[in-house]
Amino acid sequence: MAYSEKVLDHYTNPQNVGTLDKAKQNVGTGLVGAPECGDVMRLQIEVDEASGLIKDAKFKTFGCGSAIASSSLATEWLKGKTVDQALAIDNMDIVEELNLPPVKIHCSVLAEDAIKAAINDYRVKNGLPELVLEQKAH
Amino acid sequence: MELKLPIYLDNNATTPMDPRVLEAMLPYFVEKFGNAASRNHSFGWVAEEAVDYAREQVAKLINADPKEIIFTSGATESDNLALKGVYEMYSSKGNHIITCTTEHKAVLDTCKHLEKQGAEITYLEVQADGLVDLNELEKAIKPETILIAIMYGNNEIGVIQPVKEISKIARKHGVLFFTDGTQAVGKIPVDVQADGIDLMAFSGHKMYGPKGVGALYVRRKNPRVKVTAQMDGGGHERGMRSGTLNVPSLVGFGKACEICMNEMESEAKRLSKMRDRLENALMQLEESYRNGNKEHRLPHTANISFKYVEGEGLMMGFNKDIAVSSGSACTSASLEPSYVLKALGLGDDLAHSSLRFGLGRFTTDEQIDYTIKAVTDTVNKLREMSPLWEMFKEGVDINAIEWAHH
Repeated sequence: MAYSEKVLDHYTNPQNVGTLDKAKQNVGTGLVGAPECGDVMRLQIEVDEASGLIKDAKFKTFGCGSAIASSSLATEWLKGKTVDQALAIDNMDIVEELNLPPVKIHCSVLAEDAIKAAINDYRVKNGLPELVLEQKAH
Repeated sequence: MELKLPIYLDNNATTPMDPRVLEAMLPYFVEKFGNAASRNHSFGWVAEEAVDYAREQVAKLINADPKEIIFTSGATESDNLALKGVYEMYSSKGNHIITCTTEHKAVLDTCKHLEKQGAEITYLEVQADGLVDLNELEKAIKPETILIAIMYGNNEIGVIQPVKEISKIARKHGVLFFTDGTQAVGKIPVDVQADGIDLMAFSGHKMYGPKGVGALYVRRKNPRVKVTAQMDGGGHERGMRSGTLNVPSLVGFGKACEICMNEMESEAKRLSKMRDRLENALMQLEESYRNGNKEHRLPHTANISFKYVEGEGLMMGFNKDIAVSSGSACTSASLEPSYVLKALGLGDDLAHSSLRFGLGRFTTDEQIDYTIKAVTDTVNKLREMSPLWEMFKEGVDINAIEWAHH
């Protein structure tokens, strides 16, 4: 199976690899997937308290090229968005942008889950109720 | 010597054809095109003579009699013919077959098929190093047992089963012994007499011959073994496999066997030296694990898990330049990691993190140097990107985390 140019590009030059301080009040951390399933994503957002915008996003991913590309793309999209706007990111947007084949759709679902998990972590830390999220099939 | 890319290190999947093999085959397409079963004219005689010669070359490589070689379309067909053919032929004696969990799918799925027909199959677990436990094997034998089917060398981890000991147990209990020799024949000395093999499947394209051609060795003496044909027709191959013989490919298969016969010893030495160098260099990486028994294995195969990086992601770092294979689920449609590695008791995480290197006749030292560097660099790069590596480095117990399985 050949990879799309965009997957290859994110794999070769991943954006926003790294770690934010998860102890900080304005940092939300989402850790999704499982080592047994062959992919684990950790996605973090840092929210600017004054503007409510996501000022930084970082990821680390254990997984195939498509999983790495999906999380790299997600961090790019997150920066500059409000938390509510970030919630609207749909896995199918990632599928479309990266031209993921059907067997790799679960990578995009995982990225969406990671975004939502990070947002929920941020909400809980800041006294907001946890969002109940619909489960997408992996 | 200038390094030519891409590098092929997936010789357990298939081997390139040796140019000497192609040369031997060429006259048999256009000029000498006869049907080996045409007994009444020179076109047929020429083809028959070529097939007879190939049969001798093939038989010689495994120390068999040419009459004991049944030509087939490859090892999958040979596996099917051996298992189904013995099951049908010996049904009055019993219905029980013993095999093991690390066999190739051509054996395992054929066994599953036979189960539906009324066979009872014992799937022996292997030990952590990939070898079958001989005591367990002997214990599994019962009065209904007609066949033991244990492979010679494993395609994923290269482990060589104790074939001589297995055949002794089979003999002692009057049970036939079939082995899938696909990865072993032509790579290491395989001797059906010394090894006590009753039936053996093997294939042309794993030993620098053409694809679509293989053989089933069927013992004719002590004991005389018979299999029920699975392909009916003109009664070719002593009635055990009908179908017009693929003369050019058989000529190539014969030539490939002859070359292996002559060069196997020096080639195995050369390859195991290169393989060890590759393996030792990659085992220098922290948290890398060799899969399978280190002593009893094929000279050209290495299988290593690089913990905390995922196999397909890892291959992507260099698969433009280097062809290897992974036990990662992402490379399979099923999303299940390698059942062979799991049978060794590896956790899914290590099975997902594995690479298989299959060296071959045309592998060079320069290619090995290049591969060591590319794999090392990619492992390091991906670990920097891996949340699991970060946790490991911080001393977090990854197994203690409640992962959301999906």
